[in-house]
Amino acid sequence: MNDIAIELRGIDKSFGLVHANRNINLTVRKGTIHGIIGENGAGKSTLMSILYGFYQADKGEIVVDGKVVTIKDPNAAIASGIGMVHQHFMLVENFTVLENVMLGAEDSQILNTSIAKARVELKRLEKEYALEVDPDALIEELPVGLQQRVEILKALYRRADILILDEPTGVLTPAEADHLFRILGQLKDQGKTIILITHKLREIMAITDEVSVMRRGEMVATRPTAETSVEELAELMVGRRVLLRVDKGEANPGPVKFSVKNLTVRDARGVTMVDNVSFDIRAGEIVGIAGVAGNGQSELLEAISGIRKAVSGSVDLNGTPIDMTGNADPRDLRNRGLAHVPEDRHHVGLVLKFEESENAILGYHHDKRYLNGVFLNIDAIRADAEEKIQKYDIRPPNARLRTANFSGGNQQKIVLAREMERGPDVLIIGQPTRGVDVGAIEFIHKRIIEMRDQGKAVLLVSVELDEIRALSDRILVMFAGRIVGEREPDATEGELGLLMAGVEGRKEAAE
Amino acid sequence: MSNPYAKLPAWAEYGLIPLINLVVAFLVAGLVVLLVGENPLKAAYHMINGAFGRGEYIGFTLYYATTFIFTGLSVAVAFHAGLFNIGSEGQAYIGGIGVALACLWLDKTMPWFIVFPVAMFGSILFGALWAFLPGWLQAKRGSHIVITTIMFNFIASSLMVYLLTRVLKPLGSMAPQTRTFAEGGQLPKLDWLLSIFGLDIGNAPFNISFLLAILAAFGVWVLIWRTKLGYEMRTMGHSPSAARYAGISEPRITIVVMMISGGLAGMMALNPIMGEQFRMQLDFVQGAGFVGIAVALMGRSHPAGIIPAAILFGMLYQGGAEIAFEMPAISRDMIVIIQGLVILFAGALENMFRPAIGRGFASFGQRFPVAAQRGA
Ligand SMILES: Nc1ncnc2c1ncn2[C@@H]1O[C@H](COP(=O)(O)OP(=O)(O)OP(=O)(O)O)[C@@H](O)[C@H]1O
Ligand SMILES: [Mg+2]
Repeated sequence: MNDIAIELRGIDKSFGLVHANRNINLTVRKGTIHGIIGENGAGKSTLMSILYGFYQADKGEIVVDGKVVTIKDPNAAIASGIGMVHQHFMLVENFTVLENVMLGAEDSQILNTSIAKARVELKRLEKEYALEVDPDALIEELPVGLQQRVEILKALYRRADILILDEPTGVLTPAEADHLFRILGQLKDQGKTIILITHKLREIMAITDEVSVMRRGEMVATRPTAETSVEELAELMVGRRVLLRVDKGEANPGPVKFSVKNLTVRDARGVTMVDNVSFDIRAGEIVGIAGVAGNGQSELLEAISGIRKAVSGSVDLNGTPIDMTGNADPRDLRNRGLAHVPEDRHHVGLVLKFEESENAILGYHHDKRYLNGVFLNIDAIRADAEEKIQKYDIRPPNARLRTANFSGGNQQKIVLAREMERGPDVLIIGQPTRGVDVGAIEFIHKRIIEMRDQGKAVLLVSVELDEIRALSDRILVMFAGRIVGEREPDATEGELGLLMAGVEGRKEAAE
Repeated sequence: MSNPYAKLPAWAEYGLIPLINLVVAFLVAGLVVLLVGENPLKAAYHMINGAFGRGEYIGFTLYYATTFIFTGLSVAVAFHAGLFNIGSEGQAYIGGIGVALACLWLDKTMPWFIVFPVAMFGSILFGALWAFLPGWLQAKRGSHIVITTIMFNFIASSLMVYLLTRVLKPLGSMAPQTRTFAEGGQLPKLDWLLSIFGLDIGNAPFNISFLLAILAAFGVWVLIWRTKLGYEMRTMGHSPSAARYAGISEPRITIVVMMISGGLAGMMALNPIMGEQFRMQLDFVQGAGFVGIAVALMGRSHPAGIIPAAILFGMLYQGGAEIAFEMPAISRDMIVIIQGLVILFAGALENMFRPAIGRGFASFGQRFPVAAQRGA
């Protein structure tokens, strides 16, 4: 028997002038977990999209199970036993789990009989792979971790032997990620082959058998995971040594620049998401907010940046009190020196259909230097964008490219460049490195610390506890809408974990 | 993968796909003609000949096109801000009041080139005011613009019946219309423009509001892509959440954009009132506001697409009338069916052939990678 699941030979793909994949060769062995890493824009997603039939390669062959196949669309991929779990799930929100799993794979025209069959099959799969989900739950009511499980079930239901996961942990909490890895381990034990794309080298080290590294469209190395190290992988990816630790000096906090006072925020359904929160940030200090996703951090960020109305509370920005219950205007806040890198760059921080240069002025489009009277000064806008592209090494360096065509990490740099280059007094950052490669993480972390050292007040929200601990000068822990504790950055992971789970906090609050 | 369709070169996106859609629409229309036992080739001949066969026919085609450029621009401007203004019909109708008042006031004392700008101002003012109300209702009260603008079309229609039977009608006249304007209320024809091409305009009412329409198209392009307001509109149209983040006030943009859209619709009234009938009649808009929706869809909301789309619909109107005249078995309603098919294929089903064309390009690219790359 052949023990090669997939072999790619000489795959080549260009989008216009962007050469996304160059003569790629890749061999994935059956029954292994194969990691693929590479900088943002290295071409990982493109390669997997070719394997899954979303794009056609310009050149090259795909060999599945020893046979050369043409994969002209995702149906052909599924027929060859290849399934994919997308970074952005492709589920019908108001369908049940069962309906989603069988959608498009109904094996009879009569829906009732196929529903009954599907239910039996789904139960079997759930048992076999320990992937419990309630088949009758609506997708929109499930947390992301479970939605992802449904995506996996969908692939298994279609008898996939090879499963591709593109950055599956980007949206998961650490506990959910652990659970996912246990599932992947189980799938591997059952003989499935898994291809895993991720930016988190720790994950690569923890669960893969082999790892391949891409750089600027090329496959530069493949290593057995046991024979490599995080440092070596980072260097292979970026082409130079990468500082994986954050190098930061002592903080030099000055006077209070930004304070939040008794802020309460409710969501659309009237559930209290932020509950009477108050804190200060000083000039030259990074305050990190740690917490499991969904404990009010997002609503807090939206309220203090003026996007969402608060029920009560105010902020003090540079000594000016601003009421947050009325129409706090994001424009006004910006003028007073507040910059905001939102968590959701796709829907909030960027307009994906705009050219890069148009996004580089979003929110600052009133600035005189981008205007001639009521007209846009296109030359000035583009020149400004080019400058930021240079400075932040945004790739490809094309200010006229549609923002949707930049890779995730480069999109994040577009937002960061816009907000940081303004020299704001207060910088609010949500998930600065979500979906961003190690080289860019190093760069972004350096910038954040630079901002601090220039005397800015920085508020950092991240679900990555490591990131919070590495960057913050003080850590606030949020649980169920409240700040349940404050710790020094050298607090242990365990200690913070307990606070984040709401265990310690309750005691502290009671005291 | 944010875009489910492969990106096509611009000439395919804006040239090939609309063309294929159009050809299919005409093929299906041909089948309908066959169905009623007439010869589709003959119908096609009358359509083309009726629209372009003579200078006079071309004049009529462009006269209709002028009207559709205004209403198409009106719908397109609102589209860019994510607003679906179905009220261009009513706004054009009310815009007519501005035109009529200016003409009734000045036509006997002033030459056309004084009356025209005043009437233009009036049409914009009245059209914009009529669009302001739905805009305001959405911005402040959350009443959806699609619903309110439809209702405002009905209100406009009743209001005009009242005005034309009671207020603006000259004493003693039986027809629901204003008096006929004197010379000052009549726009000069563009006979000289056609005669450059050796064409004779004949009786066609093709007049200088066509030039105004072209100017308005350019103005809309500048507005959308070259002004701060246009930038804010597009941001809101693509992503309301990003607009909120950028501090762009949704109520303000909604109201302003609706007024611009209404003003453009109002300008349409200049063409029939001052260019053809020289008085304001009941129902002078004749559905042009709705055709504007199709024109905007087909023209991809881009002025450079709206002008050819408007000419196409001008051709359908003019050529269609000719078919109905020459081939009695094909009634006016059949022409409406054909127009409907064009709207269906060009608008609602515009993506139908896209995947196939995308695949065609992909395999072409494999065989001729260099050529394809340059094309992209
Ligand atoms: N549809 C497209 N049109 C034009 N360029 C594209 C398109 N899709 C991807 N690209 C470009 O191809 C290159 C590879 O992109 P790809 O998404 O494969 O990167 P990636 O390795 O997955 O990056 P990330 O880690 O940020 O997800 C990038 O330069 C990107 O801008
Ligand atoms: Mg990717």
